[in-house]
Amino acid sequence: MKKYLEGSWAIAQAAKLCKPGVISAYPITPQTHIVEHLAKFVADGEINAQSINVESEHSAASVVLGSEATGVRSFTATSSQGLLLMGEVVFNIAGMRLPIMMVCANRAVSAPINIWNDQQDSISLRDSGWIQFYAENNQEAIDLIIAGYKIGENPKIMLPVMVCVDGFILTHGMETVDMPDAKTVDKFLPPYNPPFKLDINNPLSFGLLGDPTVYTETRYALHKTLEDVIKEVGRVGAEFKSSFGRDSVCLVEGYKLEDAQIALVAMGSVCGTIKDVIDAEREKGAKVGLLKIVTYRPFPGEAIKKALKNIPYIGVIDKDISLGSAGALYTELSAAFNATDKKISGFVAGLGGRDITIDTIKGIIESTKKEVNPCKFVDLKPELLWEEFKVT
Amino acid sequence: MKEVKIYARAGQGAITTAAILGEALFHQEMYAYAFPHFGAARMGAPMNAFIRFDDKPVRLRSQIHNPDFIIVIDPTLIESEKCFSNLKKGAKAVVCVREKTKLPQSADVEIHGLPAEKIATDIIGQPYANTVLLGAFARVSGELKLESLLKAVEKRFEAKPELKQKNLDAVKKGYESV
Repeated sequence: MKKYLEGSWAIAQAAKLCKPGVISAYPITPQTHIVEHLAKFVADGEINAQSINVESEHSAASVVLGSEATGVRSFTATSSQGLLLMGEVVFNIAGMRLPIMMVCANRAVSAPINIWNDQQDSISLRDSGWIQFYAENNQEAIDLIIAGYKIGENPKIMLPVMVCVDGFILTHGMETVDMPDAKTVDKFLPPYNPPFKLDINNPLSFGLLGDPTVYTETRYALHKTLEDVIKEVGRVGAEFKSSFGRDSVCLVEGYKLEDAQIALVAMGSVCGTIKDVIDAEREKGAKVGLLKIVTYRPFPGEAIKKALKNIPYIGVIDKDISLGSAGALYTELSAAFNATDKKISGFVAGLGGRDITIDTIKGIIESTKKEVNPCKFVDLKPELLWEEFKVT
Repeated sequence: MKEVKIYARAGQGAITTAAILGEALFHQEMYAYAFPHFGAARMGAPMNAFIRFDDKPVRLRSQIHNPDFIIVIDPTLIESEKCFSNLKKGAKAVVCVREKTKLPQSADVEIHGLPAEKIATDIIGQPYANTVLLGAFARVSGELKLESLLKAVEKRFEAKPELKQKNLDAVKKGYESV
């Protein structure tokens, strides 16, 4: 049913449709509205779940780790410093193969303290073993939550899922969404029934010591499973389409790439802005397209190579930076294309809420055509920089 | 695609104004993307809310720098926030005016001032100018039907029946005042 909703409200409704038994989160801007709505659903008896208040994100993550281990579908959400504080538990959740759903309302990390959007927080935890999806709009956020549970909870997968939504831009943005009805969701997403759980009648241990004789194999198994997720995203994406009619659950989405000479590659809400710029540029004759990365973990290297096969100029936009190296998406995409003659550039944009405008994107297209640059910060303000750092 | 920029101080209901406007456009089968931009995130600090709308889904996620319309909830921001710079040619402005408010003169902008806080105080009992200004916007913009707006206001105040009728009256009074 079409509704006009704030992103956080839409996300909370989507989580509710998945019927988690335990919800635990600690408030942090710009995630707070999500858990406020969910706590209200619980208080109003609209959902049969326990909402567990905690004193920190470390505890929130620990609560959902515990509840999920007892075989109860669980949900959490956080942002920025909150996600970093969860970090230790985040790795444990993946290692224990607990398919928790987390929504990360993407926000910059300190210092300096900044509440606005970029994707440094979730990118910093990309190596944790979680599946990571990035939503372009609130519809995709809803769809990826519902499909994400199904992917993660497959007994052959058993991995946690992080749905990343740009803070404020999506969480506080109001737009029209098609909210799935409960019956269709119930049919698509059966009750959670894990192969292993904490059960006093059948005692098991989770996350105990893995010494050098077994540790490597647990990590290898996790890595191989993430490789399997590539296929699982395709399978569940097709099933999602037949149930809900949308293509939103996928590895990558190409936009006007067929005859493109220049492709931009990006993740999240900025893809919408890029699409508008592409339409305008194409009216002027420029052959430019977009490859949107929806699934960032596992990294869909083959799908990316296929989509960009015939395109000589590639500009990768990162809302993050591996300081001292380059943007995360740029680095991995370049590695996928090693030893080819493509001209691949990396651009760091939109950090800490810096507005990415139509002109920003036009500048990135121009620069991609003109010169190869592994790590170009766009829209820098020279008046704020030391003389020797100024870009000429 | 049309763009609206709302000027207010945090706490004056700019986000609610944008939300009601977006919902009203939704009722007339338009697509609207309404979003806030916070500065220092404290009460009283200048802030903006934005609405971008079209007859197809809105994808553009940047802030609004050259609006087609502005709604100024707090007239003390006119100069400090340069509300009237960077408007599109032929833009329209709906401005809450107080006794000492001086509206700028501009050939390129159609400016409609109304004592929205006074009207709100008379009707609602509180100086919340939002619904009055939205009523004025419906008439001035030519983009928003009064009935869609009334439907959105009704929904917004569903849980507060005592405020619902007052705000519906405030919308109508705003509509009639420009």
